[in-house]
Amino acid sequence: MSAVDELLSAAPFSLSKDEKSELYAKSLFELTKNSYDNCDYYKRILQILNFYPNVSHKKEDYPFLPVRLFKDFNLLNVPHEEIVKTMTSSGTTGQKVSKIYLDRTTSTNQTKVLAKICSEFLGSQRRPMLIIDSKSALKDRNMFSARGAGIIGFSMVGRGATYALDEEMNLDLDSVNAFLAKYPNEPVLLFGFTSIIWEHFFKALERLDVKLPLDGAVLIHGGGWKKLIDQQVDNETFKKSLISRCGNITVLNYYGMVEQTGSIFMECECGRLHASNYSDVIIRNPDDFSACGVEERGLVQLISLLPESYPGHSILTEDIGELTGEDDCPCGRRGKTFIIHGRIKNTELRGCSDTYEKR
Amino acid sequence: MDDAVRHLLSMGELKIQSYGDAVTPMKNDNITWLVGDKIPEYRVFEPYSDVVCSFLSDLSQTLLKDKSATQYPDIASFAYFCRKANILKKKESFVDRKIRLGRGIIFHISPSNVPINFAFSYVFGLLAGNGNIVRVPSKTSPQTDIVCNAVKILITDEKYGDIHASTAFVKYGHEDEITAYFSSIAQGRIIWGGDGTIAYIRKFALPSRGVDIAFSDRYSCAVIDSDAVMDADTKEIKRLANAFYNDTYLMDQNACSSPQLIVWRGDACKEAQKKFWNAVADFASRKYDLQPVSAVDKYTKLCSEAIENKYVSAVSRYGNILYIADLTELPDTVDNFRGICGYFYQYHCDDLAEIAHIVNEKYQTLVYYGLSPPELSEFVTKNQLKGIDRIVPIGQALDIDVIWDGYDLIKTLSRIIDVR
Repeated sequence: MSAVDELLSAAPFSLSKDEKSELYAKSLFELTKNSYDNCDYYKRILQILNFYPNVSHKKEDYPFLPVRLFKDFNLLNVPHEEIVKTMTSSGTTGQKVSKIYLDRTTSTNQTKVLAKICSEFLGSQRRPMLIIDSKSALKDRNMFSARGAGIIGFSMVGRGATYALDEEMNLDLDSVNAFLAKYPNEPVLLFGFTSIIWEHFFKALERLDVKLPLDGAVLIHGGGWKKLIDQQVDNETFKKSLISRCGNITVLNYYGMVEQTGSIFMECECGRLHASNYSDVIIRNPDDFSACGVEERGLVQLISLLPESYPGHSILTEDIGELTGEDDCPCGRRGKTFIIHGRIKNTELRGCSDTYEKR
Repeated sequence: MDDAVRHLLSMGELKIQSYGDAVTPMKNDNITWLVGDKIPEYRVFEPYSDVVCSFLSDLSQTLLKDKSATQYPDIASFAYFCRKANILKKKESFVDRKIRLGRGIIFHISPSNVPINFAFSYVFGLLAGNGNIVRVPSKTSPQTDIVCNAVKILITDEKYGDIHASTAFVKYGHEDEITAYFSSIAQGRIIWGGDGTIAYIRKFALPSRGVDIAFSDRYSCAVIDSDAVMDADTKEIKRLANAFYNDTYLMDQNACSSPQLIVWRGDACKEAQKKFWNAVADFASRKYDLQPVSAVDKYTKLCSEAIENKYVSAVSRYGNILYIADLTELPDTVDNFRGICGYFYQYHCDDLAEIAHIVNEKYQTLVYYGLSPPELSEFVTKNQLKGIDRIVPIGQALDIDVIWDGYDLIKTLSRIIDVR
């Protein structure tokens, strides 16, 4: 849609509250109507929700789909033959995975927007890139797992991509050293999944007692905090630990959903996640889904301008978060800022339907 | 020594020592003895024997006096069930002019997510005159601890020596050998569980004369007369909402006896539904602790049903505390539609006979408001329904009793001595 193209010429965190409000009211109307007209499943949901897509609503009143729905149903707005890429969430074996269907326009927009957001933190120069993962994460080119999609997406932002881990997920120190030797005086980009960086990169450096000369590098990482929280590693510890092994580097966490690849939320120098021009966030009170104010905890709803080929422009995640402000971050970037407190807790429901506790 | 025990010995799992006829596993590190410390003696009583009645009365008093216990409504209702007056009332109504004794040892496999159920199961075994081995869920809960401690202390009293000797509450993991052994010495077994659990436990043989009582997964529904709701004053509608809340939200709607489908009878149904659900939503929003995960589950269910349940025509929502799905017709498979944490299905009929076709053997409890018990029992008998074992007013869906799921537990767990 034209909104994305128009925004590409502006800085990615430039829209003020009022500008954004106007843009999103208009875009949500169009995106919702597009999905309603082209996706039968989506249409039935809106009918049950008593939502009329032909009249305009306030931004907060547009419906959202729970992310789990993308696991159980094939949701798409375009004929199957227009799909160029199918993304999947990185579920563990046996778990259902989300399936996200991209046509050419949506896929291209994702790449452009991701690059645009990253350029804000990396500059417009494409840096040499060290991917902290194994090439095997990309094996099936037709099915992009969240990991694979992240690698492919971010590879467009860097150049000369080198993988730091071998096929068995062991640190490939020779490749890393060769990479460093090749770009001795350039600031580089490091990218990887949070838990993989910790498990397979940082821990290996510790074990081998190796320090890497990476001063000036930027490390972008995201996804999979749960494993780290289980090991009592928080964002601060993660940062300090990586700096202790890699020198004076900037560590940036990002938050994003495979359902809305591209429009990621980057953590700024002040430790807040930022909604860019291309996305918005609303925190919802679990009791009635009413919109929460600043510093009120609730369920995280994400809005993205990118999804056109599937009804994923407004989704309800299973994360708990809270807004920290809007257009007032000390870092100077505009847009809403927020922090994530983690996944909703799975509570054991009462009832007598099962007994002999599961093996 | 029978084959099962011999098998165990050969596995080296249970070390068995003989005292005369009694076979006693002396030590199995995998069994935690919460009450008792050995396999109960084979000792039987008459149903409602004086010692058991007195024991339950003492247990009731102990629990009602325990400050830590009173905060749990399920313990309170258990203690209330065990009180002297109630047990004596049950004893009086149990007149079958037969001479009876317990069957022997009853092995109970209790549910993991209803903390207090093991205690009721035990009491039914006791009242029928049996010794009991109760497998308590391995998950810990304060309710389990409180009841176990109360029983443990009481049975040290000399006058309850017989009960002491014939009681064991155990915890163990999935050691099939232990389940096999307990089954092999039980004259009766009570299994609470889904179909899978029941089939699994039944692989372990009871002695030839052993009886199995299986409380499987059931389905329950409610019928409400619209005129009765319209006639109800504010106070009555509040009471009704409270009663309905207890039947459903108290167990997150997962108890087999919690109604899932609400059938409305009569012309005034639209207004009556509004009046009733408003009151329920109001009550639940003040009482129910809606977890974020439940809100997401419920909303996801709503979206999924919009996509794939063609019988759902509309869903009314009261915040996230209450969702009600309107069904345009009742398919025979309606018992597959299950709500959670305040998600109900409703249907309107003019005559109860319209719903007879949906009732299969899965149906357990019919909860009612504004209809008469004779009319409802006639509905079941006249239509020769294969299901519905309980018909109770709204508010009593979860009240477990000696008659449950179509069984008279006291009669089933005792044997008749036929004297002529």
